[in-house]
Amino acid sequence: MSGFKEFTGKAVAMDRANVDTDQIIPKQFLKRIEKTGFGKYLFFDWRYNADGSENEQFELNRPENKGASILIANENFGCGSSREHAPWALLDYGFKVIIAPSFADIFYQNCLKNGMLPIPLKQEQVDYLLEKGKKQPFVVHINLEEQKVTDGDGFEAEFEIHAYWKKMLINGWDEIEITLQLKDKIEEFEKTKDPYTIL
Amino acid sequence: MGKSIIDKIWEKHVVHREEGKPDLLYIDLHLVHEVTSPQAFSGLRMKNRKVRRPDKTFATMDHNVPTINRHIINDEIALNQMTTLEKNCAEFGVELAGIDSPYQGIVHVIGPELGLTQPGKTIVCGDSHTSTHGAFGALAFGIGTSEVEHVLATQTIWQNKPKTLKLEINGKLGPGVSAKDVILYILAKYGVNFGTGYVIEYAGEVVRNMSMEERMTICNMSIEGGARAGLVSPDETTFEYLRGRKYAPQGEKFDKFVEYWKTLASDEDAEYDKVITLNGEDIAPMVSWGTNPSMTSPVDSTIPTMEDYKTEIEKSSLKRALEYMGLKEGQKIEDIKIQHVFIGSCTNSRIEDIRAAAKVVKGKKVHPGVRALVVPGSQQVKKQAEEEGLDKILTEAGFEWRESGCSMCLSMNADVVPSGEHCASTSNRNFEGRQGAGARTHLVSPAMAAAAAIFGHFVDIRKLTTVESV
Repeated sequence: MSGFKEFTGKAVAMDRANVDTDQIIPKQFLKRIEKTGFGKYLFFDWRYNADGSENEQFELNRPENKGASILIANENFGCGSSREHAPWALLDYGFKVIIAPSFADIFYQNCLKNGMLPIPLKQEQVDYLLEKGKKQPFVVHINLEEQKVTDGDGFEAEFEIHAYWKKMLINGWDEIEITLQLKDKIEEFEKTKDPYTIL
Repeated sequence: MGKSIIDKIWEKHVVHREEGKPDLLYIDLHLVHEVTSPQAFSGLRMKNRKVRRPDKTFATMDHNVPTINRHIINDEIALNQMTTLEKNCAEFGVELAGIDSPYQGIVHVIGPELGLTQPGKTIVCGDSHTSTHGAFGALAFGIGTSEVEHVLATQTIWQNKPKTLKLEINGKLGPGVSAKDVILYILAKYGVNFGTGYVIEYAGEVVRNMSMEERMTICNMSIEGGARAGLVSPDETTFEYLRGRKYAPQGEKFDKFVEYWKTLASDEDAEYDKVITLNGEDIAPMVSWGTNPSMTSPVDSTIPTMEDYKTEIEKSSLKRALEYMGLKEGQKIEDIKIQHVFIGSCTNSRIEDIRAAAKVVKGKKVHPGVRALVVPGSQQVKKQAEEEGLDKILTEAGFEWRESGCSMCLSMNADVVPSGEHCASTSNRNFEGRQGAGARTHLVSPAMAAAAAIFGHFVDIRKLTTVESV
């Protein structure tokens, strides 16, 4: 995975709360055994009509919103199922950053593991971005090293991210490789602390 | 100052702790199923890695298995996912309860029933309802596929320590009120993200008096409140459930483990980051009417109106939910007609759930125009129910009696609710499209689902004459 330091992209607003992973990628697409190719199924039930045509009412289908890479949404984004197919679908569609007031825990982790950045901002900051995005898409700049979001119109917000995940993301490291360097400690644990060995 | 079970289990599993990093936690049990594992096994293969502890890993197939004619799988993509799991388990030496195994079933039903789930264990699975196993006093949570791969390769996971929330339910539950109603009541009251960042410990007299099945139902839906894990301190009920189970410690070793398990229960003076206290007497049978599990009300009430909500986002969520559900503000819950009933899922497909449904329908008939399904959680549950004659009671009433699997909880197999139709479901999620595109899900307890099957609409089971025995 390549590293993530700075990113500038087209941001679009999807003012919905509690967007669950069943909406992000419905279950009928979870049967595939690959990690790629999920983008065309993203938000499937909202994005397409029953006859397969595009639902013009859906936010992402507005012509000016096509090609977006930053998604602004409302609270508790990514709740529900642990399916990593959700970030895979968002990434494959073209999103690299999600901004929302809050994220579900498992979804948040799943994003980081795939080099996608979930950015929690204060509700009023997200409200500003949502209102702006509802009028038209706009350019947002992310600086992960400085933990800052700016919009070129004077909006500037700092966001939080655990130092460890930030480092992992910036360097694009293979986490398993890092953990395997602690193999001796894992073996030691198994020999001396695992009750299923020692009791 | 005392410690909570959450802190105790956490501290016992730290393999590596370093400033500026999450803790590296050891994982005692890794449960695997067909949907979230193929990409993880592929990842191992690409890097030439092995499964570190196949003996602490256990697999089954549940999400897309058919519940009827289970060897005829017309969906080639689903079939490929199932055979991929078989191949992966064979290649990496992981034990699999496959489609022909007498132990096959929903991963969160078979873990406990085989005694794999035990107090004090850290348990993960690529499935958000892994919180179910917390009922035994285990720290159990769902993970994504990247984390599945990490646990397969290292038997560990990097985790930031969550905050702790004690949810105490005092008093007693009224007749006709079940564990499902308790968790739906909690979600209705506190919303779908009150538990984000927390592990919930369920405590209090109501929880102490619950069977293991009931505790599993509550812990199962912790994730619906945003908490990755929910648990209950182990007690005699826990130990008695586990004694003699296939993978539980046997003989003298079991007694040794019981002594160890007892030390894990939360201390009386344990500290928590947050405490919530509820009264069991306040809880009524619940029915969800919206598109997330917090959109739930007591059966004897009405659907909320715009005036009941303050913020714009809440109002627009209500509007969107009611549009999807084909329901109106202020409508009586008991007036909602249903066309489907699903009794099953990792929330409510255990033997007690099937007994509860059978009691309600005994000697009665499913309402004309209602299709009712019972999908036991595992082959073991199915066998036991058949030994007790429950299948007869249910099929004589007009229910379909199926093979075990996740089935209509998420409708990855052929068990689907058609668009626009309403389903009284004992599952855990009423999200848009969950049971099929356009399907309208109402979350209820097994007894409430069974009663709805008989009447064709929701009824307050407390009003039924059978209520004493429910």
